[in-house]
Amino acid sequence: MATSAAGHEPAVASAKRSGVWSWITTTDHKRIGILYGVTAFTFFLMGGVEALIIRAQLARPNGTLVDAETYNQLFTMHGTTMVFLAIMPLSAAFFNYMIPLQIGARDVAFPRLNAFSYWVFLFGGLFLSASFLFGAAPNGGWFGYANLTSKAYSPGLNIDFWVLGLQVLGIASIAAGINFIVTIVNLRAPGMTLMRMPVFTWMSLVTQFIVVTAFPVITVALIFLLFDRFFGTNFYNVAAGGDLLLWQHLFWLFGHPEVYILILPTMGIVSEVLPTFSRKPLFGYAVVVYSGVLIGVMGWGVWSHHMFATGLGPVADSVFSATTMLIAIPTGVKIFNWIATMWGGRIELKTPMLFAIGFIAMFILGGLSGVMHSSPPSDLQQTDTYFVVAHIHYVLVGGAIMGILSGIYYWWPKMFGKVLHEGMGKAHWLFMVVGINLSFFPMHLIGLLGMPRRIYTYDTQLGLDTMNLVSTVGAFILGGSFLIFLYNVWWTRKNGLRAGNDPWGGATLEWAVSSPPPEYNFSVIPQVNSRLPLWTANGLNEIPEVPPEPIHVPGGTYWPILTAAGILALAVGAIMHSLWIVLGGVGFTVFSIYRWAFEPFEV
Amino acid sequence: MTQAVAAHHTSTGLDNKKLAFWLFIGSECLLFGSLIATYLVYEGRSISGPTTHEILNIPVTSISTFDLLMSSLAMVLALAAVTRGDKLWSRVWLATTAGLGVVFLGFQAYEFVTFVHEGLTLQVNLFGSTFFTLTGFHGGHVLVGVIWLLTLFVRSLQGKLGPDKALNVEIAGLYWHFVDVVWIVIFTVVYLIQTSA
Amino acid sequence: MTESPESTSQHAHPTAGAYLAVAGVLTVITLVEVGIFYVPAFQAILAPVLIILSATKFALVVMFYMHLRHDHPLFTGVFVLPLAIALAVVVALLLLFGVFG
Repeated sequence: MATSAAGHEPAVASAKRSGVWSWITTTDHKRIGILYGVTAFTFFLMGGVEALIIRAQLARPNGTLVDAETYNQLFTMHGTTMVFLAIMPLSAAFFNYMIPLQIGARDVAFPRLNAFSYWVFLFGGLFLSASFLFGAAPNGGWFGYANLTSKAYSPGLNIDFWVLGLQVLGIASIAAGINFIVTIVNLRAPGMTLMRMPVFTWMSLVTQFIVVTAFPVITVALIFLLFDRFFGTNFYNVAAGGDLLLWQHLFWLFGHPEVYILILPTMGIVSEVLPTFSRKPLFGYAVVVYSGVLIGVMGWGVWSHHMFATGLGPVADSVFSATTMLIAIPTGVKIFNWIATMWGGRIELKTPMLFAIGFIAMFILGGLSGVMHSSPPSDLQQTDTYFVVAHIHYVLVGGAIMGILSGIYYWWPKMFGKVLHEGMGKAHWLFMVVGINLSFFPMHLIGLLGMPRRIYTYDTQLGLDTMNLVSTVGAFILGGSFLIFLYNVWWTRKNGLRAGNDPWGGATLEWAVSSPPPEYNFSVIPQVNSRLPLWTANGLNEIPEVPPEPIHVPGGTYWPILTAAGILALAVGAIMHSLWIVLGGVGFTVFSIYRWAFEPFEV
Repeated sequence: MTQAVAAHHTSTGLDNKKLAFWLFIGSECLLFGSLIATYLVYEGRSISGPTTHEILNIPVTSISTFDLLMSSLAMVLALAAVTRGDKLWSRVWLATTAGLGVVFLGFQAYEFVTFVHEGLTLQVNLFGSTFFTLTGFHGGHVLVGVIWLLTLFVRSLQGKLGPDKALNVEIAGLYWHFVDVVWIVIFTVVYLIQTSA
Repeated sequence: MTESPESTSQHAHPTAGAYLAVAGVLTVITLVEVGIFYVPAFQAILAPVLIILSATKFALVVMFYMHLRHDHPLFTGVFVLPLAIALAVVVALLLLFGVFG
């Protein structure tokens, strides 16, 4: 497809930059980042609605809003959607938009592969969500334990949607993981050594390594489940000598690193926001970076702490208990560094900063309940109760989502050229903090008082009516906070303050260009002399507004979306048990790959 | 012999595609590692049906193993030929590598068919499930490799595989050797180290 | 900071002869492996010996055919780290499922 020279864009080239077709064929990391963000946020709202229905059902004992089967689909899709279709792609939105800017590059290493990852994510998410249209949404929990997920115990399409959907999504993640590692390692601007990279980029690098190594394990776990269901193999067949714990081990070997995939990027975001709004460099940059690397590596050694109640035996229990306690150390180190960053700084309590501070507070609470889980005896009381639900949501909503929102408010001006309304932002934050604590704190208590997870209703004799009601009220306040955000987005489009290059006074390279940046990012390749280029005299060369020479910008191409469509066809054929459609999907995918490989495309 | 030239300036001086491909190989280590771990965990636990001792044919599999090892030799010779611009030997060695790959697949097909005749199927027991899945995925990787090599062969026939394209051949070679290396592990662990029935 | 891409190599490359030699060694090791398999006296130490022999073949192919020996160490790191994780996972699962016990 065409390539064009930007900088002094001829009229023809700029005409190609608008319209649906330009978005469908885009290979621009900034556009792909926005696509990820909008899509992920939509899925986030879907997952939120699922949560509100759950909480409405549980507001009162013996609720009748939904039946048990629907309830199972709701909590399964809530978890699956939030993990795979919301938090991960929201982080991906920032990987895409910010990493090239932060390292002084013009795009990622493989722009077409980048687009491909987005389209595969979109199609995988649509495939998974389409299950609702068939009344067959996945219903085996987001962790799909065998043998509930076997054909015998789950004869419908629900689990097929789940397995195939996740396999498709895994392709997107692994491709993006490879892409970003190469980008970060190989495309840094001159002077941008690894130890001068922004912490967000560093944490993203660690995250991608986890993705590339952990996703193949769940791929195998899902292949076994798929084969059991479709071909009658015996991987999770007890009668044939199979061991159900095989699923749990393979799933959690992926699943635990996955939670670090969910949290490390937002730890990176917070590590950028705190210094900017404390007017102080990050305390102990190197330590924060090394802690992140350590978390990534040690995260491989803790997975069976999800299995303390499965009878692993005292040796295994002790080993995993010890490794789990140890991993709290690098995490705690980061928290101390963040606090030390603020200490003695000139704090500006703007919205991004409020969310970052909120992240720290909520994540500490979630971390504390996590450490309580690390002891097998106490975990035996907590596991499969609402105590775990409290832990999960403090770290993922109070932690990951608040961190992502910090990034959204922080980088919104860079991406869209307008600063989100400050008052509404603060209101969003306040309602969120209230909603989170009102919703999830009682869950610690109701969990220890005996309320199991994943039950669609409970009896008043448990004495948990009031706390469940409080939790539901909190959930709706939390949901309502996002209405404020949505209104803010709409209001800011029309009335928001225009943002210059650096509305917050940030130190890193993305703030050296206009808001939003030009298509080619930097008019000249940056020459970096400092970890905080914009805060250091001579930290960065001058980046002129107009490029002194024409800059080559790759054009668009439709082979990434078509290849993704081939993969979707494969999944659709599989769930329909149609060999012809499967073969058609394979054929079309291979055909598209060939066309992709041989089209002229200059990075 | 020259190393392939990286297309763009990079921070490390290393080519993007080559780095990306090594990362992909890293992820494949985890894929095959999980498959092999499962095979080993379930070895000897089949309740009924054929066992390793009864079914596995070491002499035949030794030949196919040797075949795959020789294909790796052909592959490095192909890369050497492409790098020095030797059109004839590029084609000879690429075709040889692909051909040896097809021979390996032939052995696999023969083995699968024979085993099924002898009562070992995907469904009959744990051994059937783990064996066919592990070796089937490996075979699938070989098939993809053969198609890749044949594509390069055709490109060479079209005169489009000069020394400037050596990197593409090198990367295909990385894939091919990795698939060979996985088979080295499988041959040892599945065929040669057979534990109790 | 940006290095120019590697062009004509300054480091040693295996020659065709070296590749043939490696192929020869691989063949010999395979013959030894199969041979050991058939000798009853070696049954007791079959597993460890075979593991060592196949690891040797693995290393030879990776170092010479995949060129890691003469390539930038970053490639070795990128391969060895996931390989180490994979090995650890295999060993951990074998222990957890009591294969050794």
